[in-house]
Amino acid sequence: MKLLRRPRERFRAFFHKPELDAELQAEIAAHLEMAIEENLQRGLSHTEARRQALVRFGGVELAKDQHREARGLMKLDILLQDLKYTFRTLGRDRGFTMVAILILALGIGANIAVFSVVNTLLLRPLPFPKAQELVWIAPPPTKCGLSCSTYSTDAYDEFRSYTRSFQDVTGYFAFSGPGNLSLSLGGAPLPATSIDVIANFFDLLGVHPTMGRLFTADDARNGAPPVVVLTDPWWRRQFNADPAIVGKAFDMNGKQTTVIGVLPRSFDFGAVFSPGAKIDAITPLNLYGPPRDWGNIITFIGRLQPGVSLAQARDDAKAAAPRMCWNNKYPNSCGQYTDAVVPVPLKDYISGKLRRSLVVLWCAVGAILLIACVNLSNLMLARAAARSKEFAMRSALGASRFRIVRQLLTESLVLSAAGAVFGLGLAMVLVAWLAHQGAIALPLLSTLRIDGDALGWTVLIAVFAATFFGLIPGMRIAGGNLQEALKDSGAGSGLGRKHERVRSVLVVTEVALACMLLVGAGLLLRSFMKVLDVDLGFQPDRAAAVNVNYDDNVPNDKDGKLGAAKRGVIFQQILARVGAIPGVEAVGMSDYLPLGGNRAWGTPSPKGRKWRDKEITSGPLVYVITPEYLRAMGTGIRGRDFTWDDGPNGENVVMINKSFARFLSSLGQWQDYDALGKVLDTGGGDIRVVGVVDDVHEESVEGEAGWQIYYPATQASPAGATMVVRTKLPPATLASSVMAALRQLNPKQTAAEFKPIKTLVSHSVSPRRFFMMLVGSFAGLGLLLAALGIYGVISYSVTRQTQEIGIKMALGASAELVQRQVLAGTLRLAVFGIVLGTAASFAAARLIASLLFDTSPWDAWTYIGTVAALLAVAVVSGFLPARRASRINPLVALRAN
Amino acid sequence: MSKLDLLQGTLDLMVLQTLAAMGPLHGYGIARRIEHISGNEVLLNQGTIYASLVRLEQRGWIASSWGTSDNNRKAKFYAITEDGRKQLAEDTRYWERLSDVMDRVLAVGGGMGNEEGPA
Repeated sequence: MKLLRRPRERFRAFFHKPELDAELQAEIAAHLEMAIEENLQRGLSHTEARRQALVRFGGVELAKDQHREARGLMKLDILLQDLKYTFRTLGRDRGFTMVAILILALGIGANIAVFSVVNTLLLRPLPFPKAQELVWIAPPPTKCGLSCSTYSTDAYDEFRSYTRSFQDVTGYFAFSGPGNLSLSLGGAPLPATSIDVIANFFDLLGVHPTMGRLFTADDARNGAPPVVVLTDPWWRRQFNADPAIVGKAFDMNGKQTTVIGVLPRSFDFGAVFSPGAKIDAITPLNLYGPPRDWGNIITFIGRLQPGVSLAQARDDAKAAAPRMCWNNKYPNSCGQYTDAVVPVPLKDYISGKLRRSLVVLWCAVGAILLIACVNLSNLMLARAAARSKEFAMRSALGASRFRIVRQLLTESLVLSAAGAVFGLGLAMVLVAWLAHQGAIALPLLSTLRIDGDALGWTVLIAVFAATFFGLIPGMRIAGGNLQEALKDSGAGSGLGRKHERVRSVLVVTEVALACMLLVGAGLLLRSFMKVLDVDLGFQPDRAAAVNVNYDDNVPNDKDGKLGAAKRGVIFQQILARVGAIPGVEAVGMSDYLPLGGNRAWGTPSPKGRKWRDKEITSGPLVYVITPEYLRAMGTGIRGRDFTWDDGPNGENVVMINKSFARFLSSLGQWQDYDALGKVLDTGGGDIRVVGVVDDVHEESVEGEAGWQIYYPATQASPAGATMVVRTKLPPATLASSVMAALRQLNPKQTAAEFKPIKTLVSHSVSPRRFFMMLVGSFAGLGLLLAALGIYGVISYSVTRQTQEIGIKMALGASAELVQRQVLAGTLRLAVFGIVLGTAASFAAARLIASLLFDTSPWDAWTYIGTVAALLAVAVVSGFLPARRASRINPLVALRAN
Repeated sequence: MSKLDLLQGTLDLMVLQTLAAMGPLHGYGIARRIEHISGNEVLLNQGTIYASLVRLEQRGWIASSWGTSDNNRKAKFYAITEDGRKQLAEDTRYWERLSDVMDRVLAVGGGMGNEEGPA
């Protein structure tokens, strides 16, 4: 306690200033009187006695100051004084204060928002306990689709039992499509989306339910009663957050399914594993039921043993791979996963691709903060110049330079604190908005929030900004010559000119930074335009898709032919009915749509030729479609489309895309090097290629199209049915009549969403749009701030040169000449900035090269556009002061001083 | 010869010692006493004594109360406390050791003073 005694006393003294000061005053008075008395006794005159006493005492005010300093919290006293003074001066200059706070709020707010995004996607661990142990296990990136990154159930069992580096391995069924669950609560069944996971999925991730329980191995065995776990949003939306939901059973996909638990709000399957997708329910995957023979269907997620390094796990997986079989029943399928089982940190899998984009975004927003600071520096300098006499006066009255700089820093700190508060508000709005943008296919976006890290970051950048824009003017003021400042009448004197030089440098910097931002935004914009221009192989406009429910079950259907025939009848009926709706141009069905899920089945070879070992790395993606589907999508066919005559008992037919056809033809098996009309060997029978189809972008808008193969729904078994309707009118106008037709034919049809095909494309390009919009708006902000900066400097210099201009005009300079000169000055600054900025962009362009699509980082149009925009902005912001200069009345100007 | 500047912290020690030796005193009395003992060799602005007094009091080494001086004047009197005496003993030991060491260091191999002599 003794240690704290003095601080405590000092703190108390701080609040008892008047009493303590009075006591000290009395003590000093007594001291002096005793001294005077003694001196009088020594025979001095009264005046001399008093003088000597005062000399010996050595400055009453000094002693009081020392006393106060020793006794209380002097620093706090000064700070309070500075603050009081700051509030007074800022309050007096309301216009300046508001502009400054606005600029700072924009700069800081943008920074906090972007930091939150970066923190969520890149810096913060995944929202699972010990997330650093989690790994995603998949082949190295290849051109092929989901099938290549999934494994069979046999492979899963082998991998799980062979490896030693993992606490456990889990996975989920990768081919669930949206709307795969139909919930019947009476009335039209409601569509929902569920994901099948291996029973240990939640245990491995460390997720606990808010209610009830999660899966056990028993839930996934053959014949187990159907159970489901609800996600928090679905539980709230669909079941009104029923607190007694656990144990209730509902009709899901025609089976009474019991709800066993509700997941916590923090668990968002879509956010982590399938960005942009909304998952409503989770169901257990029965590894030993029918999925056994479905081929590559599950993804692998592992949790490393404590202390096991990634390299060790990789070696372990590499050793396990050759032992894994696609299907244990076919020994020749063993070993096909060799070198295709590689663990990577789950976090890298989820957000690794975004790292570069995020870094660029962070740089852009940092540049905004710099521009804001430079702008503020400029404003502060202008103010400081106007206040130089005040500072000189304070200095003459005994304030140290340090004290003056401190005063300026206090001002900038107050400004930046206010800016930070408003910026934080702005960021909260932005972040809340972003967190609800389900349509943006960015991972973890829904977990976005302003957290402690973001608050810390706010404080950090606020202090940085305050130091930056407070210190530069502070140094200049404190470094200036006092006498000169006192004499300085404001016109043409040394300090004024020096200030202007500093301010010009600042403006040039600002223009250069804005230039870099504009170039970056321009390049991203050009890329985005190019992406939108990509020929996707289908026409997204005026087409919409809807999930169709059907029941093609036929008892005792040995080879599936009865089911196929039944399906054909159902589909034909539906398509005929919908096709008859006025306004419908074409209608067809496919089990998967482009830019959505996909799967592969193996690669048919030209008849008479078997694949050699390792000749084929990945098979074509499979689409099971009806006649007219390709016409509805707007995809071109050479040859013929499927017809309803291509039935279960007709010749097996197939269509393939141009890329696959080109590859097959290049093998030289056919003399005319054309796959059309030729027969392929699937390994299980022959099929004839009746059509060659345009390449469709199946994985992403930006990637290259791979191999595709189309089977008729009356010969192969589809994984579901999505109907695509091409219309003459906007598709939404037909939604109700199409749904009515579907409901009439099948009362079990869910009230599914009628989704424009365009949304598939916009979903796919949403991350690019997101980054482009952000960088673009930062560039716009930068341009605005730069314009403000230019305007400020030119306007100030016109004011300062009022007299000079007045004299020039008195001597005969025309208004146009004056105007031209001011504009020339403006352009000089702008050109300096542009040259610097262009050079810097040129050098830095390589950094964003990997984010561009079909656009050179040195794209001439972007640079030309940027330069033109900056020059235009400079002319506009120089024009107002120039006009003011040209209207100066020489008489008034000369009289002014 | 010019007067000695006080080293940081020495004034506090002098005040403690004065109070220990003389009993309760007011600020003026302490200042006079220090001037007297030091033979006017110390450059002391009497006013600085008050900063030292408040420091010592806040640390709890001295206590103060208002009283009446010899010539019937109201004055604030300071007295050393038990803690203050302990501190004084500690500081005294420290000073003795320090001056001892300084003596020895300055005696080694002859100081500057020996070679140059007073100018």
